Amino acid sequence: MRKMLYATGLGAMAVFAVGAASANDELHKMSQNPKDWVMPTGDYTNQRYSKLNQINAQNVGKLQVAWTFSTGVLRGHEGGPLIIGNMMYVHTPFPNKVYAIDLSKDNQIVWKYEPKQDPNVIPVMCCDTVNRGVAYGDGKIILHQADTTLVALDAKTGKVEWSVKNGDPSKGSTGTSAPMVIKDKVLVGISGGEFGVQAHMTAYDLKTGKLVWRGFSEGPDDQILVDDKTTELGKPIGKDSSLKTWQGDQWKIGGGATWGWISYDPELNLVYYGSGNPSTWNPKQRPGDNKWSMTIWARNPDTGVAKWVYQMTPHDEWDYDGVNEMILSDQSIDGTPRKLLTHFDRNGLGYTLDRATGELLVADKYDPKVNWTSGVDMNKSSPTYGRPKVLDAASTDKAGEDHNVKGICPAALGSKDEQPAAYSPDTQLFYVPTNHVCMDYEPFKVSYTAGQPYVGATLSMYPPPGETNMGNFIAWDGKTGKIVWSNKEQFSVWSGALATAGGVVFYGTLEGYLKAVDAKTGKELYKFKTPSGIIGNVTTYENGGKQYVAVLSGVGGWAGIGLAAGLTDPTAGLGAVGGYAALSNYTALGGTLTVFSLPQQ
Amino acid sequence: MRKIWFVTAAIFVVAMGGVASAEAPGDPTAVKSEDGKYLDKDGNPTYKVAPDGTVDWYTYSGYRRYHSECHVCHGPDGMGSTYAPALKDSLKSMNYADFLGVVASGRKNVSTSQENVMPAFGDNPNVACYMDDLYVYLRARSNDAVERVRPAKHEDKSEAYGKAEDACMGHNDKK
Repeated sequence: MRKMLYATGLGAMAVFAVGAASANDELHKMSQNPKDWVMPTGDYTNQRYSKLNQINAQNVGKLQVAWTFSTGVLRGHEGGPLIIGNMMYVHTPFPNKVYAIDLSKDNQIVWKYEPKQDPNVIPVMCCDTVNRGVAYGDGKIILHQADTTLVALDAKTGKVEWSVKNGDPSKGSTGTSAPMVIKDKVLVGISGGEFGVQAHMTAYDLKTGKLVWRGFSEGPDDQILVDDKTTELGKPIGKDSSLKTWQGDQWKIGGGATWGWISYDPELNLVYYGSGNPSTWNPKQRPGDNKWSMTIWARNPDTGVAKWVYQMTPHDEWDYDGVNEMILSDQSIDGTPRKLLTHFDRNGLGYTLDRATGELLVADKYDPKVNWTSGVDMNKSSPTYGRPKVLDAASTDKAGEDHNVKGICPAALGSKDEQPAAYSPDTQLFYVPTNHVCMDYEPFKVSYTAGQPYVGATLSMYPPPGETNMGNFIAWDGKTGKIVWSNKEQFSVWSGALATAGGVVFYGTLEGYLKAVDAKTGKELYKFKTPSGIIGNVTTYENGGKQYVAVLSGVGGWAGIGLAAGLTDPTAGLGAVGGYAALSNYTALGGTLTVFSLPQQ
Repeated sequence: MRKIWFVTAAIFVVAMGGVASAEAPGDPTAVKSEDGKYLDKDGNPTYKVAPDGTVDWYTYSGYRRYHSECHVCHGPDGMGSTYAPALKDSLKSMNYADFLGVVASGRKNVSTSQENVMPAFGDNPNVACYMDDLYVYLRARSNDAVERVRPAKHEDKSEAYGKAEDACMGHNDKK
């Protein structure tokens, strides 16, 4: 009897699972077609790898511009377009226009959507009015507007099907991240780490826009959606794991923003994303580990409950947000096939974990200049297992309020920010756009006012002493934690990379170059200067039998703010002031999509 | 005390008809000082840089507050960004009263080609309590009296300044 009941229960569950999985199956299948680019991240793995190989290392030098498209918006253009069959969907920063373009009809605009938004949201967006792209699912285009409205548009007509508010901009919440459709839900994060927002990941019903679950980054267990089975590094996190690491009610204004990319493993049924810095930037004001800011999350997409977490930077002292993408790959380590998750954190460490269990396998510096830590304790029997060892010379907490700590590498913008890396299964290497910038950081006391910046630190940024390149584009072996090759770039590389089966890796630069390099050696094979600096992600697709490469240019974002006037070296004395390149001497504002292809035979 | 005084100044600006008094800030030379605050001949706050490069406390404090609250839009050292104007240049034509009005009440410049919005900081003690510091620092920058980067040497914080700061920031009555 018991057995029968059990069997019936299983059967019912299986039926339920099939029903729930249909939208996901469609999208998952679509993402396997290399001709399309159906998700902001390319596919659920976030590998940003395309099987297309018409453009390859031999012929990429002949690449030329096929067509261009002005977005009509001046601000920083992050993310990239979606391509589904003959349709391309291009998004813009605030005011968050969406254009649907028919690639088979001379790139005509089929529909355009432009929401009416209160411009008062603009200054609440900490670092430019960026937007990282739209998602597709079930015949809808999903847009996360600056004012946090999540809106579903009919992909054929642009008509609004549903719309829901994901946060309150008057309290500092804004929308910059790209939503992700998983099964019958839309997952979306929130920005506002510099405004003391209690940030969250939220799942909405794809059909109706109804909220299904919301998991906060900090707070009581029923708000952060953890249970007695949730683990960190193999051990249960226990009750009140977050509350215990904050003083009083500080978790209510604790930050931990979730504006990065989302990945998903359909077999393990887990979604992965990172949470950002705890608020404020003054570590003295918020004693404790501030869990679960700066954390890699693995949640069940149906319920939101976390299976495992891993906090990379407990009690942040430098604004090293943990929001960067989680790249899923299957590789062998010491001869054993593993389901891996690789993450290049703002803190300058490249992490490789077992994505089923959250076991930490590799944590190594992906910029040799990283100097705030001597490394992560990898000894499983140590009481500080998995924690980074913070060096006193770089500790802004130890130095205390009103003390300026000099020469910390990386700077607050991290060894890498949101610009996503790519992974090629052919070379088993990760291609990582990086920042090569250090900083002075002085924390001081601040007051919290709802809807106002809640920062509490003064910082200045400059290249590592003795160097002038502010970026590198590197190839990284995630199995061993080693840099394989590294190309210097004058400015931070703030563009998402693309790896292809043609043995070519693409990325953009802040001066505005689209570059193609050899996947094995890093040798530059092609470059073309687009109308403005590139902070967008490179995309590829096939239409009418031809492979295209597309990228949004339009300088801005944090890179545009920090680097526009050029950095200064506070240690070099007055004579060297202005010695570093000013981005404003290389490029100006303006959003354009540039699409490349090989010449007609 | 500082806060009350500041609010009075802002009301005065509004009474004058918004932000457009459009009078240049005038000669920045300091003619007197009160508890470490230097004033020009019109009685407006100004900077003081000694021959050895030592700056007054307000300039130094303004540097720090600017690089916390302002630089995320206006760029390092008042140099501007892809996102917001260079205050190093704006302060050449913006006088003290205009400055207070804009920072307290915000400003919108939204058209088809741009969407510049400055928020109102009047309710934010991290800014409102340091209006004079920010003005003095940016005034010094606009006259090239201090270079980019953190001033190397500065006068001490005066006792009166410290008391006023604590009162304005509510450091003794934390929520």
